[in-house]
Amino acid sequence: MRLESRSEYSRRAMLLAPIVAVLVTLGVCALLVAWAGAPVGQTYALLFDGAFGSRFAFAETLTRATPLILTGLAAAVAFRARLFNIGAEGQLYLGALAAVAVGGMHGGSTFDLPLPLLSALMIAAGAAAGALWLLGPAWMKLKLGVDEVVTTLLLNFVALLLVSMMLDGPMKDPLAMGWPQSVALDPELEFSRLIERSRVHTGLLMAFGLAILMWLIERFTTFGFALRAVGANNRAAAFAGLPVGRTVLLCALLSGALAGLAGVGEVAGRASYVTTDMSPGYGYAGIVIAMLAALHPLGVLLAALFVAAVQVGADSMSRVVGVPNFIADVIVATALLTMLVATLLTRYRIRWGRA
Amino acid sequence: MMDFLTTLFDMLGSASFWVATLRVATPLILGTLGVLICERAGVLNLGIEGIMVAGAFTGWLAVFNGADLWTGVLVAGLVGGVFGLLHAILTVWLTVSQHVAGLGVTLLATSLSAFAYRVSFPQVSTPPTIEAFAPLEGLAGLPLIGPVLAGQTALTLLAIVLVPAIAYLLYRTPMGLALRMVGENPAAAEGQGVDVIAVRTGAVIAGSMLMGLAGAFLTLSAFNAFFFNMINGRGWICVALVVFASWRPGKALLGAVLFAAFDAAQLRLQQAGGALPYQIYLMLPYLLSILALIVMARRAAYPQALMKPYRKGER
Repeated sequence: MRLESRSEYSRRAMLLAPIVAVLVTLGVCALLVAWAGAPVGQTYALLFDGAFGSRFAFAETLTRATPLILTGLAAAVAFRARLFNIGAEGQLYLGALAAVAVGGMHGGSTFDLPLPLLSALMIAAGAAAGALWLLGPAWMKLKLGVDEVVTTLLLNFVALLLVSMMLDGPMKDPLAMGWPQSVALDPELEFSRLIERSRVHTGLLMAFGLAILMWLIERFTTFGFALRAVGANNRAAAFAGLPVGRTVLLCALLSGALAGLAGVGEVAGRASYVTTDMSPGYGYAGIVIAMLAALHPLGVLLAALFVAAVQVGADSMSRVVGVPNFIADVIVATALLTMLVATLLTRYRIRWGRA
Repeated sequence: MMDFLTTLFDMLGSASFWVATLRVATPLILGTLGVLICERAGVLNLGIEGIMVAGAFTGWLAVFNGADLWTGVLVAGLVGGVFGLLHAILTVWLTVSQHVAGLGVTLLATSLSAFAYRVSFPQVSTPPTIEAFAPLEGLAGLPLIGPVLAGQTALTLLAIVLVPAIAYLLYRTPMGLALRMVGENPAAAEGQGVDVIAVRTGAVIAGSMLMGLAGAFLTLSAFNAFFFNMINGRGWICVALVVFASWRPGKALLGAVLFAAFDAAQLRLQQAGGALPYQIYLMLPYLLSILALIVMARRAAYPQALMKPYRKGER
């Protein structure tokens, strides 16, 4: 077996790749559903129904998609420059923590800002916390040659422990009956509901807006050009006089900020306080979303919707037919692997037999 | 200060401290050797975290279903090898990004284990237990190291014995030479008649089998049950330890033991009721790994072809 480079790029093949990947994934995972002893067709129908079947279901899917769009964008922009930010999970938690820290100042005598300003400050603090958390690994990659994958991964654990420490200590809610959770955000700072009688909040608009903004940045700015050039070949980019280091650092700030905003959205839009289990792995799912979207910011919207639908649908499906909802994680992981292969096949052709 | 030093020396002189250290070190030794073999052949294997989960789960499941402990170890190794084959197909045959493929393998192995656990045990709240490996009391008579070894199980001895065995394999056999060559200069290796794809595939499978064993140690020896979060970043720490060890088996053992000694020490400090929040102590292993990466980064002599896909007839 050997690989042969395809001479022409087919746009159609690139658009088809995620669809084929998802179909193959659902086919493979059907075997697991069957093993769990459930009828495959009914299980998938229930999964779809649980994600889109009612106004409530669809609203839940949109709510779930909100942080996923942001972590997906975070991974996509970083991967563009070949900065493998696997730390979105930790950046999300720190963003949430910073949002509550700033939001918690409301009403105190020392810090009496008008509400809109405080709200903006809360969002900025969350973005900054995420950005700063990634700055370290990005700097170590550039200056010391330390692989950012391992450092960002390890820092996820540190971030979660940091959050846990704050929730045990200075930011603990004394009224939480001993549960480690932060003081709740002032209701006035919470994002408003986008759809009545649902949990969809204005964070969804923020996520959509940022996806479009990221697309515009990548498409039309010099920074966007530098980003793609560095990702394609950083030596050539440096030779062409592009500021490689600055581009990577800026990219890290952007990526971390997006992940931090995912945390802000979860706190201000949904939970209103921080706990150590507020994210069921949104940061890791963001990697899959970015890959499914082929790193395209607008594709992230669709990919995030797919992953959200699988997660929300699996929860409701498992209550009916008893297939463990972990099937959602299996589907997401399988989709990542099949998408990797599908993307490769848009660039290479497999030739069997020896050359 | 004197107090601190006395405590420190008491700790370093106590057999129980070293018993704990070796126990903490065992999965790290096995996992680090596994990563080392893959990387020496030029393949980064970030699947380790998930492969360890799968090894821990399947090894335990086999024993729970009546297999004996060594069969459980074998099952864990084989399951690790299967995920290794998947990683090899993706990265060596199809040449997709080693970073992303590894993360995909980790996500898949982790979620499959969780799924299979729930399908096998739909309704349990407390994890079912097994009869784990017993300590090797018979070795207590050995001078000096006797009391330390007596607290260990057979898997720890296996891990230690594997270090010189793998070093011998790497540096003293034609197979080891071929393996190192495909990690340094695959085109030259091909010129010498080495089948690069086959050697890399074999190395990734073998390395992943060790990762499976590393996971199995946790359920079959350190504990007697399976928990979802039991690997908890140990796999990533192994990836950092390989850099620290400059891709050498002996240094990998040293690094794993040093690291584990530090971990065992922080556990004691924590139990002694330090003034710091317990989370600070729990952060130390991760921070220490990052520190190791920083310290060694400048001196690190990466295998030259690490993360570089090899496609015949392409440069």
